Amino acid sequence: MTKKITLKINGTEHTMEVEPRMLLVHAIRENVSLTGTHIGCDTSSCGACTILIDGKSAKSCTVLAVQAQGKEIATVEGLATAEGLHPIQEGFHLNHALHCGFCTPGMMMRAIELLEKNPNPTEEEIRWGISGNLCRCTGYNNIVKAIEWTSAKMQGKDLPSTEPEFV
Amino acid sequence: MIAENFNYDAPTSLEEAIALLHQYGDEAKILAGGHSLIPMMKLRFASPTHLIDINNIPGLSYVKEEDGYLKIGAMTKEVEVEESEIIHAKYPIFMDATKLIADPQVRNFGTLGGNLAHGDAANDHPAVMIALGAEVEITGKEGKRTVGIDDFFHGFYTTAVEHGEVLTEIRIPAASGNYGSAYHKAERKVGDYATAGVAVMVQIDDQGRCTKAGIGLTNVSPLPLRATRSEEVLVGSDLSEAVIAQAAQYAAEDCSPTEDLRGNEEYKRHLVGIITKRMLNKAIVRAKK
Ligand SMILES: Cc1cc2nc3c(=O)[nH]c(=O)nc-3n(C[C@H](O)[C@H](O)[C@H](O)COP(=O)(O)OP(=O)(O)OC[C@H]3O[C@@H](n4cnc5c(N)ncnc54)[C@H](O)[C@@H]3O)c2cc1C
Ligand code: FES
Ligand code: FES
Repeated sequence: MTKKITLKINGTEHTMEVEPRMLLVHAIRENVSLTGTHIGCDTSSCGACTILIDGKSAKSCTVLAVQAQGKEIATVEGLATAEGLHPIQEGFHLNHALHCGFCTPGMMMRAIELLEKNPNPTEEEIRWGISGNLCRCTGYNNIVKAIEWTSAKMQGKDLPSTEPEFV
Repeated sequence: MIAENFNYDAPTSLEEAIALLHQYGDEAKILAGGHSLIPMMKLRFASPTHLIDINNIPGLSYVKEEDGYLKIGAMTKEVEVEESEIIHAKYPIFMDATKLIADPQVRNFGTLGGNLAHGDAANDHPAVMIALGAEVEITGKEGKRTVGIDDFFHGFYTTAVEHGEVLTEIRIPAASGNYGSAYHKAERKVGDYATAGVAVMVQIDDQGRCTKAGIGLTNVSPLPLRATRSEEVLVGSDLSEAVIAQAAQYAAEDCSPTEDLRGNEEYKRHLVGIITKRMLNKAIVRAKK
């Protein structure tokens, strides 16, 4: 019944025996102990479990671990390097784009693919782009600002202000 | 939520996939994008004993015009349709529809073949395919056969795809002349299934007369529905305001929505009328461009 699979997560290969019914999010969290990828709804709705599979954002609660055999998986744990935070992490940090932080890993992984495909998104494109990720705290405005900031940073442009707006 | 146990195979050819479907019998299911099937298995609404993953079979994913058809491979993902140049240039109805299907992550997985083969009147592509007059290629042990979209949907979660067969291609008569198409659905929030949705296609001659019309309705009847009376009143007409109003009224009358959390029957019929009118106007503008 079980299958032997190798998952390449953030550049490291992990070989494991799994039942075909094991969800990728469980393989990542339980078998590899990378718990940065969250489970929010478990019904493909909230995006907290978003990771990248071969660079494409995916809800890992709706993918089987066996389907990811041989694919490159990226999770939030792989973002920061010895040199420091990934620009998207920096953007979320400086723009106060998180409160409880539960949605943040999925939100950032989704934003990475969005900026990869569309390095210079408009506010509307950002809002559509993160429409599969729910946040119950921030009201989204600072998340949008963080993604705009990261877009500027990644292209070496002038950085927008990170001062909070009081209205 | 964890699905019931099953065995998993990921064949690399269509012949192998079909052979496996025959070997495992009725309890085997094809896994395409998995974004309808896996949620159903997690809820245990579906418990196949074997999954045949067809993602590793090459050659099932493409969007191209050929032999007078727009051909879409069954494994083409929503995101690939969204990013296809030919779709942007000539078939904006798909841009209307995909944008309203789930969210970007789901569209990275969901396939057009799966959207039809799932056999759910709540899905959006069935109505689009009805409006565009699509036909579907199905491959089995004996070879390929073609089924028109009007004969494709048989019941809730059942389609013309028989056990041991794979839906391989969707073919749509290519856009020619003054051709316009449009889709819209009312939804409560991003990622929701349609409260009601309407897909429209019109073709207009140089005198402004409608030569061809297709209207498909989403989630307002047990099966994806063709609004036949609406189409009949459009074809041969000058597409005047009165004709469009008549077509919209027929669509609202001829569907059979049921009350649910998304709204009551009267509200849904009202939506069908309004959206039909708006999409007809949109498709006409696009056709005249
Ligand atoms: C949160 C969420 C929101 C969604 N919202 C919408 C929406 O608004 N509108 C909409 O239309 N859809 C929506 N969907 C469904 C999504 O578009 C699915 O991806 C799609 O319905 C099925 O495609 P799939 O490739 O994922 O198929 P799968 O889930 O892999 O398969 C579905 C069924 O079709 C069969 N099948 C698949 N491919 C073939 C084939 N080539 N030949 C024969 N049988 C096949 C499978 O055996 C299975 O029974 C949503 C899904 C999610 C998770
Ligand atoms: S946990 Fe996967 S989408 Fe919510
Ligand atoms: S920061 Fe709490 S859910 Fe987004």
